[in-house]
Amino acid sequence: MSGATYKIFRKDRSFRQRLFEPPAVGKMSLLANLVAWAILLFWSLFVLFPIYWVVITAFKDAATVNNGPFFIPFVDFQPTLKGWTAQFATDPYCDAYSVGRQLVLLVYNLFVFILSPIIKIEKMEPQICKVYLAYMNSFVISIGATALCIAVGSMAAYALARISYKPKFGNIVMFVLLALSAIVGSNYFDVHWAISGSVALALFYLLARTLGRRFKSTLGNDDILFWIVSQRILPPIVVIIPVYMMFQSVRMIDTHFALIIVYAVANLPIVVWLMHDFFANLPVELEESAQLDGSSRFEIFWDIVLPLTRPGLAATTLLTLILNWNEYLFAIFLTTARAQTMPIMVAAKNTGERGILWWEMCAIIMIMILPVIVMAVVLQRYIARGVLLGAVKG
Amino acid sequence: MSDGTATSQPGISPAGLSRGESWGEWFDRQSRTFFIAPAVTLVLLFAIFPTFYTIVFAISHVRFSATGLKFRTVWFENFAAQFTGNQQVHFLGRFTSMSTAGWVFSLVTAGALLWWLYRAFVSGATWVGLAGRVISAAMAMFIALLFAATLLSGNQWGTLLNTLFYVVVGCSIQFVIGLMLAFLCSQPVIGKNFFRVLFFIPLMITPLGVGYAFKMILDVTKGPFQPFWKLVGLGNWAWSTDAWAARWFVILGDSWQWIPFIFIVLLAALENVPKDHVEAAQVDGASSFQIFREITWPQILPVAATVMLIRMIEAFKIVDLPNIMTAGGPGIATESMTLHSLFLWRANDMGDSAAVAYLLLILTVVVCSSFFNYVVLKRLRKARA
Repeated sequence: MSGATYKIFRKDRSFRQRLFEPPAVGKMSLLANLVAWAILLFWSLFVLFPIYWVVITAFKDAATVNNGPFFIPFVDFQPTLKGWTAQFATDPYCDAYSVGRQLVLLVYNLFVFILSPIIKIEKMEPQICKVYLAYMNSFVISIGATALCIAVGSMAAYALARISYKPKFGNIVMFVLLALSAIVGSNYFDVHWAISGSVALALFYLLARTLGRRFKSTLGNDDILFWIVSQRILPPIVVIIPVYMMFQSVRMIDTHFALIIVYAVANLPIVVWLMHDFFANLPVELEESAQLDGSSRFEIFWDIVLPLTRPGLAATTLLTLILNWNEYLFAIFLTTARAQTMPIMVAAKNTGERGILWWEMCAIIMIMILPVIVMAVVLQRYIARGVLLGAVKG
Repeated sequence: MSDGTATSQPGISPAGLSRGESWGEWFDRQSRTFFIAPAVTLVLLFAIFPTFYTIVFAISHVRFSATGLKFRTVWFENFAAQFTGNQQVHFLGRFTSMSTAGWVFSLVTAGALLWWLYRAFVSGATWVGLAGRVISAAMAMFIALLFAATLLSGNQWGTLLNTLFYVVVGCSIQFVIGLMLAFLCSQPVIGKNFFRVLFFIPLMITPLGVGYAFKMILDVTKGPFQPFWKLVGLGNWAWSTDAWAARWFVILGDSWQWIPFIFIVLLAALENVPKDHVEAAQVDGASSFQIFREITWPQILPVAATVMLIRMIEAFKIVDLPNIMTAGGPGIATESMTLHSLFLWRANDMGDSAAVAYLLLILTVVVCSSFFNYVVLKRLRKARA
């Protein structure tokens, strides 16, 4: 039955008839639609309510939070900006960041100017703020880590999709043995880790060039891919103590660089896995004709392959950015003050002499999730058909 | 790793510029190495090397001295302490006596595992396959015994079973709800695209925010449901003081965050199911349940198994939610193994911390590779056949 006739047919029947009629093929009956809506609406409430509660609590003050539940701003309570101003309160620690301070003050005053007709606002102290520092740290670290991860990961993924590698199994065994002896050397014979490590690397290079040629059994691209992807199974807590020691020995604890590298490695498996799918599904003819025209591999990769996989790249970038922005465990271990990220800042609000200050907490959570939401809305159209469909096809 | 192979390719001379070759050409010739070397180096340096190095911590007593850390090798003492020593209650739980239910459960599990091994042996599996099965079966038996000796006998759990509780129970609930929602949204419901975007939101919110939001909402004295709690007589009660309530509390937050992921991947899989099969079955008068069981389910099974594998891997690492919502309490009731290791590290007990981390690694690898071999690969082979 075509759509037009179905519509005419539908008009002739009462609501009750339409409720219980058997549906046309490919359609749902009204009753089924109602039941589905009931479930979906219930789930929407479940999804939205916590977010709504965080948003309104961010505009409450101590009295409003403690005197029982209030749900609707301007109706059962008067919103204030107490939680927000507290985030920008005096903190002499951040005096060095004067340019950023001016910027935040500018934005904040603009905000105050716009909102002052409807919301009562506390007087703002003319100084900022640990929160700002953590915010900028989070931006620098998550963007830097994502850039590094995408660059390194997509290159590796492209290579694994297009070039055939045959690493020899014997060389890998040799590498592991040499790495172990380097560790033993540095621990039990008091050799500095840098010396034992470089000796082991040099030895590996020499042995691979000479002895390595005689090894027969090789691994393939799929093995390398599986090896990189399987790193995701590794719980971060297993690697964190040695990574901490490594960065400590080069005095890089509490720097942005340390976190950027560690985050990039942690997300490398996801990037390689997803991008490999996108690259493998590209038609190879374009690249071959470019190769005939004399382009180098890097030119092909940069000018042809990357533009063609833009939706996939955008989705993978988004996913990696979210994961880096929310990362918590590495940040606890590797930062103390200067490079603290937002999650650590938020978690630190958990303890206070007066219990948790919920309005401040919600304000800082909102500050934290806003950029992710904005980014997700902007890149929203890439999400569905990009990363997830790619993952499903693979 | 690849530099040993570049030379073995015919037509490619060893590294170094040959006569009349520009740097650009040399660079292009070496591109196969340059493309993959950064990724391999990073993983070797910051994942493989530390994993090996953690062994040094796990087999030592570490203490601080003026010149740095002092290691004293104690071999398996740290591991043994988790199973039979001073750390046993924390890691495995307390077991005093075994109840009848516990004995029955253990015997049934042992019988099932032996039957499974016997079947594999008779059907002529390879030696590697048999060894893998023996390892999986041994770990399953150990966990079943532990489960029987603690929960089924009314004793306290340790962090090992807490982690498994988050993985097994949490992931199952998330899968069932995610699948139901995805199935609903794959039907021709009016306005389903709106719900699809809406349901995706929790995935983007930081776990810390989720933890705090749920802590606030389920607060019985100030939360939004305060009148309701008063009505049911829980006016002066807290989620974080009751062991089971606290565990479900963590699972609730975890589910809120991760159901969207399962939902969206399964939805994509459901929409890839050919429409004409379903419509043909509808014309034949099959009910929606029959259509789901006979047509849709077999087609989405490979994707479902894969997404569950990804979800399980992440669930093993859970740390921020229990840390925020309950701080591992009451006692150790909601402490995951990562959190356990983190707390030990904070107490400067690096040896035990590394040992717990390693046990988590072993557990994760055995469970995930068992799942991969016996569920994902099996389904993939079946789907291809």
